[in-house]
Amino acid sequence: MAVYLFYFFIFPGLLFAAVTGAFLSWFDRKITARVQFRKGPPLLQPFYDFFKLVLVKETILPKHGSPFMFLMSPVFAVFGAAMAAVFILLPLFNITTGFKGDLLVIFYLLTIPSFSYIMGALASGNPLAAVGGSREMKLILSYELTFLLVIAGIIMKCGQQFDLYTIIQTQQSGSSFIGSISGVLLFITGIFCIQAKLALVPFDMPEAEAEITEGIFIEYSGAAYGFIKLAKYIMFFILPSFLIALLMNGFNLSGWGILWTVLKVILVVLLLTLIRNTNPRVKIKQAISFFAVWMNLLAVIAIVLIAFGY
Amino acid sequence: MGFKSFCFKKSLWVFHFGGASCNNCDIEILDCLTPRHDLERFGILLVGSIRHADVLLVNGSINKRDKDRLLEIYNQAPKPILVVAIGACGCTGGIFAEGITFAGPVDKIIPVDAYIPGCPPKPEAIIGGIVKLLNK
Repeated sequence: MAVYLFYFFIFPGLLFAAVTGAFLSWFDRKITARVQFRKGPPLLQPFYDFFKLVLVKETILPKHGSPFMFLMSPVFAVFGAAMAAVFILLPLFNITTGFKGDLLVIFYLLTIPSFSYIMGALASGNPLAAVGGSREMKLILSYELTFLLVIAGIIMKCGQQFDLYTIIQTQQSGSSFIGSISGVLLFITGIFCIQAKLALVPFDMPEAEAEITEGIFIEYSGAAYGFIKLAKYIMFFILPSFLIALLMNGFNLSGWGILWTVLKVILVVLLLTLIRNTNPRVKIKQAISFFAVWMNLLAVIAIVLIAFGY
Repeated sequence: MGFKSFCFKKSLWVFHFGGASCNNCDIEILDCLTPRHDLERFGILLVGSIRHADVLLVNGSINKRDKDRLLEIYNQAPKPILVVAIGACGCTGGIFAEGITFAGPVDKIIPVDAYIPGCPPKPEAIIGGIVKLLNK
């Protein structure tokens, strides 16, 4: 029992994923600043933001809404993100969970933060939050099928294995999946799915800062917003590492492998940041057709290629 | 300086309230966030929602219609919040001080923590004002 609590709260779960994700989100802001020829925030900026929100600021409850749902949804978001972190990071750190079929569980756990943002937005009773919530819902509808197709492609490539540990072991004993044509196609599709899951710029219409002023998070303040930040930090670390586990050979924690592991995570985050900084926000209709037509097409092509052994 | 106030001072999120402004102060405020001055290196961000704000920047002369909005925005803000009046109009009323629609400078409506005078104040003056506010 104690070891499970340790897994959830300390090592691969809440604390570790949040701290690493906070550093990655600093990296994201710093690269954004460098792209715009600015200097960027100091290293500990995400921690200052989080502790300020949790310790200093007042939390305001909505008058025309459901305060209970409004306060619980950030907690659900953090719970879902930390749970997904446990399931993704344990196989990456070479600890087998002994659970065949955890890929599907990870797929469902990764949607919990988005769903709880929607619940919180709709519970806040703000019209702009409702607009943001409906956009987030449409975004989920558009990218989830693509994400599932990516996972299906990986499962086929690995020979009908449904657990992450076996997928990582197969890659480490053979070659990593990204070294083939279908792997490259799946990587491109996966990167765009992650971009939409993190609500980064081409797909940030749920929290469009300029038009609906943070959208789904407009009513959140103080500790509740701090918890949302925490969930975002965790997601910012585990989604790139999930992609690394699926396609790029997983983590290697011996000798020089540690350096490669860190470089891989940084490379994926850098790619996300550069896509974020070089694109405008698309309309929700464009995002849906982008995923429903083009990304699905790419994933299906990759699956067909896998069936033919490429 | 305690841990709480240290974190607060390291991460100020700014909400910008423009009264009946002539836009010069708005341009100078935006200039603070551009590459030349880059306030993000002190952790200062411009946010879209008053619920996330730590600093309320008010510029422009406050007329009778703005007054209700300003009070509403101030009451919606999570406390503690710092209020900064920017520009001659925000601090004293400037050339609008005797106009018939003028509803008093900002500090007659809500408590103000710092005044940054100028028409418009330079970005350096705005940064200087914020530094003085942080050291208070």
